Amino acid sequence: MTDPAPVLDVSDLHVSYGDLAILRGVTFSVGRGEGVVLLGANGSGKSTLMRAINGLAPAASGQVSLDGVPIIGARRAPLRKARRRMGYVFQQFNLVPQLSAFQNVLFGVMGQRPLGILNCLNSVARGEDRERALDCLDRVGLADRAQHRPTELSGGQQQRVAIARMLMQQPSLVVADEPIASLDPKAGREVLDLLWRIVDDEGLSMLCTLHQLDLAQEYGDRVIGLKAGKVLIDADTDSIDPARLDALYEGASRPEDATGAKTAAA
Amino acid sequence: MSDQTSTIPRFRSPAPLAWIIAVGFLAFFLQGLWAADMSLDRLQRGAVNLGRFLGQAMPPDFSNWYGIADAMWETLNIAIVGVTFGCFFSIPLAILAASNTSPNRVVRTIARLVIAVSRTIPDLIWALIFVVAVGLGPLAGILAIIMDTIGFAARFYSERFEEVQKGPSEALTSTGAARLSVIMGAILPESFASMTATSLFSVEKAIRSAVTLGLVGAGGIGVELSTAMRLFRYDDAAAIILVVLVAVIGFEQLSSSIRKRVI
Repeated sequence: MTDPAPVLDVSDLHVSYGDLAILRGVTFSVGRGEGVVLLGANGSGKSTLMRAINGLAPAASGQVSLDGVPIIGARRAPLRKARRRMGYVFQQFNLVPQLSAFQNVLFGVMGQRPLGILNCLNSVARGEDRERALDCLDRVGLADRAQHRPTELSGGQQQRVAIARMLMQQPSLVVADEPIASLDPKAGREVLDLLWRIVDDEGLSMLCTLHQLDLAQEYGDRVIGLKAGKVLIDADTDSIDPARLDALYEGASRPEDATGAKTAAA
Repeated sequence: MSDQTSTIPRFRSPAPLAWIIAVGFLAFFLQGLWAADMSLDRLQRGAVNLGRFLGQAMPPDFSNWYGIADAMWETLNIAIVGVTFGCFFSIPLAILAASNTSPNRVVRTIARLVIAVSRTIPDLIWALIFVVAVGLGPLAGILAIIMDTIGFAARFYSERFEEVQKGPSEALTSTGAARLSVIMGAILPESFASMTATSLFSVEKAIRSAVTLGLVGAGGIGVELSTAMRLFRYDDAAAIILVVLVAVIGFEQLSSSIRKRVI
């Protein structure tokens, strides 16, 4: 199934916050149309990895490339160009609370239109963009809530609006950073179903962090396990031994644990 | 028990620096009292003078009501025009000054300096400067209000920008949007309510300032007031002061009711 040329290629990525090395040489790739679940304990570096992939967190060394275009060390214009093809779904939804769901979805094309915001405000946006934004909201089942503000929507609905914004962007890769961690189990499953269905329908590639091992095994084609800033597991979901997944959460799962051990030894 | 607490002194001698500051403050305060030539005799005479002023001011003389209304109208003109431009210029300046929206540190430092200078120089001094520059009249008042508003509004706008939650702007950045688009799409909408409140405070402040600006010839009702006082027409002056009082209180009521609705 997987295309020989991967959509996302991460090689030997190092990211540090001050003296603390969060990612210590992460290497993996995501094939076209592949759905990869990223697992790891709190603080194992999952979010940092997601942020570094989008260029939101500065990397110390290593490379990330999307469709062969390098992201680490890219100048502003090429970085923005690469970001357009990457849809990011956040744990906290990150909608603009003062603006309507419709306007938030329209913002999905902000990076792709000349003059940016001046071409995607509801009052001035192109007809076809407005039509597509409503269509995206319809895909997540919220066309009737287009004029509501995020604060008037439930958590699950807000995340669906965020998914519509991602869909509006027409990305080739979806990066979802714990998309259901702020939701209750039922809403979480609905959102995850919707997200995975859209990704499948559109033939997108996806990298998604989750905390639930059962959901990871149910949805993911492949599982990558991160422990203390390194890839410990990278295997197809079917071939994975549950005991190895449990090992991700045991012992020194955070980079600072490993650093502590090192300094103690020194 | 009492043996133990006796080791903890009830009083402690202040640190030497605190002594120096306290003695220095006291000396400055006493010297100030002495320099002001405060005596019971002068205060008594002052009270008598004040009584005479009030006697002559009452009843207020509204016979020149047309002139007063006209001057008050000009004062409101100065305040509203000045504050509108002031708030308008404050937005880009605040964007350049806030740490999360400024392009770089040099620009930020310069923008903060501009804001600090507009704030530190009092409105009356701005008015004096602009009277020299553009001559007597409302234009000098408008320019003074602009500078005064920038010092106030740009500072509070930029502080608000810095407090905005990072998530929404990060989400727009992640789609490949340019920086200015992110600021306009996420940071400005998130700050809108607070900016409206700050702008309304600026208007209140500007109306109060505009009243006094006339004293140095920068247009408005202050010109009338200073003329009436100099000609000892205290009943005219009383009428002007009453009109100012009503206008300022009226606008404060209006602005607080708008503020309640926005927030």
